[in-house]
Amino acid sequence: MKSFTYERAATPAAATAAFARTPGARFIAGGTNLLDLMKLEIETPAHLVDVSRLGFDKIEATSAGGLRIGAMVRNTDLAADPRVRRDYGLLSRALVAGASGQLRNKATTAGNLLQRTRCPYFYDTNQPCNKRKPGSGCAAIGGFSRLHAVIGASEACIATHPSDMAVAMQALDAAVETVDAAGKARSIALADFYRAPGNTPHLETVLAPGELITAVTLPKPLGGTHIYHKVRDRASYAFALISVGAVIQRDGSGRVALGGVGYKPWRVPAADAELPRGAKAAASALLAGAKTSHENAYKLPLVERTLAAVLTQAKG
Amino acid sequence: MSTSENFPISRRGLLAGGAVSVAATTAAGAPAAEAQPARTKERPPTARVSFEVNGAAHELELDTRTTLLDALREHLRLTGTKKGCDHGQCGACTVIADGRRINSCLSLAVQHDGDKITTIEGLGLPGNLHPMQQAFVVHDGYQCGYCTPGQICSAVAVLGEIEAGIPSHVTADLSEAPKVTASELRERMSGNICRCGAYSNIIDAIADVAEVKA
Repeated sequence: MKSFTYERAATPAAATAAFARTPGARFIAGGTNLLDLMKLEIETPAHLVDVSRLGFDKIEATSAGGLRIGAMVRNTDLAADPRVRRDYGLLSRALVAGASGQLRNKATTAGNLLQRTRCPYFYDTNQPCNKRKPGSGCAAIGGFSRLHAVIGASEACIATHPSDMAVAMQALDAAVETVDAAGKARSIALADFYRAPGNTPHLETVLAPGELITAVTLPKPLGGTHIYHKVRDRASYAFALISVGAVIQRDGSGRVALGGVGYKPWRVPAADAELPRGAKAAASALLAGAKTSHENAYKLPLVERTLAAVLTQAKG
Repeated sequence: MSTSENFPISRRGLLAGGAVSVAATTAAGAPAAEAQPARTKERPPTARVSFEVNGAAHELELDTRTTLLDALREHLRLTGTKKGCDHGQCGACTVIADGRRINSCLSLAVQHDGDKITTIEGLGLPGNLHPMQQAFVVHDGYQCGYCTPGQICSAVAVLGEIEAGIPSHVTADLSEAPKVTASELRERMSGNICRCGAYSNIIDAIADVAEVKA
């Protein structure tokens, strides 16, 4: 690990100011992904600003009837919150489908959104990777691409976003609240939060350097049946091959988002509208324009069949 | 062959700990050394951290890179906590920090200022075993034993998590309190890998402590 200086910020303003004045700074919260990458020297921050004690550890009701989830709320606490379990079951289900108990106890809401891909070529510093080293190429294209994106990818990168939580939040129309070094706050719809890889896959979100996530908000509850169905290589503690997060109403209408297929949780408004017509119609709309390799072509039928299972389960 | 010109550790750097020695080296006449960059001249940044481990207060000045795991093992000599993968994949390093089980390898020691840490040594020692340690002995919940401290710390915390009503992937109904069942224990223990494959006995041991049938 490269050496770095460390400071613990006491206020959000102190955190963003520390970031702004120190070249090579990074925020650290739970650190479960960042430290892993620092050990491999894929991440080499010169300065760490610890933002884990800024008071963003509460879940509060909003005036709109939804929830404001503090950026530092631990994954375990978010999954266990009685309001989340009652009104946003999809989010609880997605959270407990991810990682291990130990990691969920440390990982934060904002950190989960910002975690980086688990593409093995991103992790292997002997391989070219445009995300790790811009301009070096992509070893996953033409390589072992069984785990990789089937939609929204580019000629430069076919990595997927690994989060389960973000899939649920995408289906629930979450928004990300931030503050920057000038003290300016903004709210970004999660749908607009992740950047398509294009020619710059190292730029993963629309956050400006030093912009700090303070909370994630959820609109008022949707009702309906909440299901998160994750398909993985082992029964627990593995990243998704694909996952389907859905909220289905009694009349068959609803929302659906996919994990494991693209650079962000994948949601298509036209696919939601197709849900009453069944899994085949909705899956076709979700995956329109998909581009697969020999190794990950299985993801297209797997999405359709998993969605069929979800819709069957929703009928109870 | 590598020569002294490109060997990354210079004599100057190696001797930087003692000014007298450096002066002596220079006086002895090694002009080539003057041209070498003193790559180890700067000491790595350190930070001070205070925390409580197994009831005892500690204050340490640590290289900021020191993980909680390395602070426990290398600085406090609490070698019960094991380093397996060092990447949060195996669970051998599991300790309990402020009542929560975490992977101590994926946590910087300096992030734990003011925290209360419990390691396997803090749960119980020979002659005064924690009920979970005793149950692992009774049920033969290990073979080589390397993953065992992490398994036991995790197991103790798992029963606490179920009691606190924290749901898991296999909890059938989110509106009900989770129960201690074999499937709940298996799912919740999935972050602790046992290369010897003592899993069934580990589940028996945990179920015994919880007084349920696995």
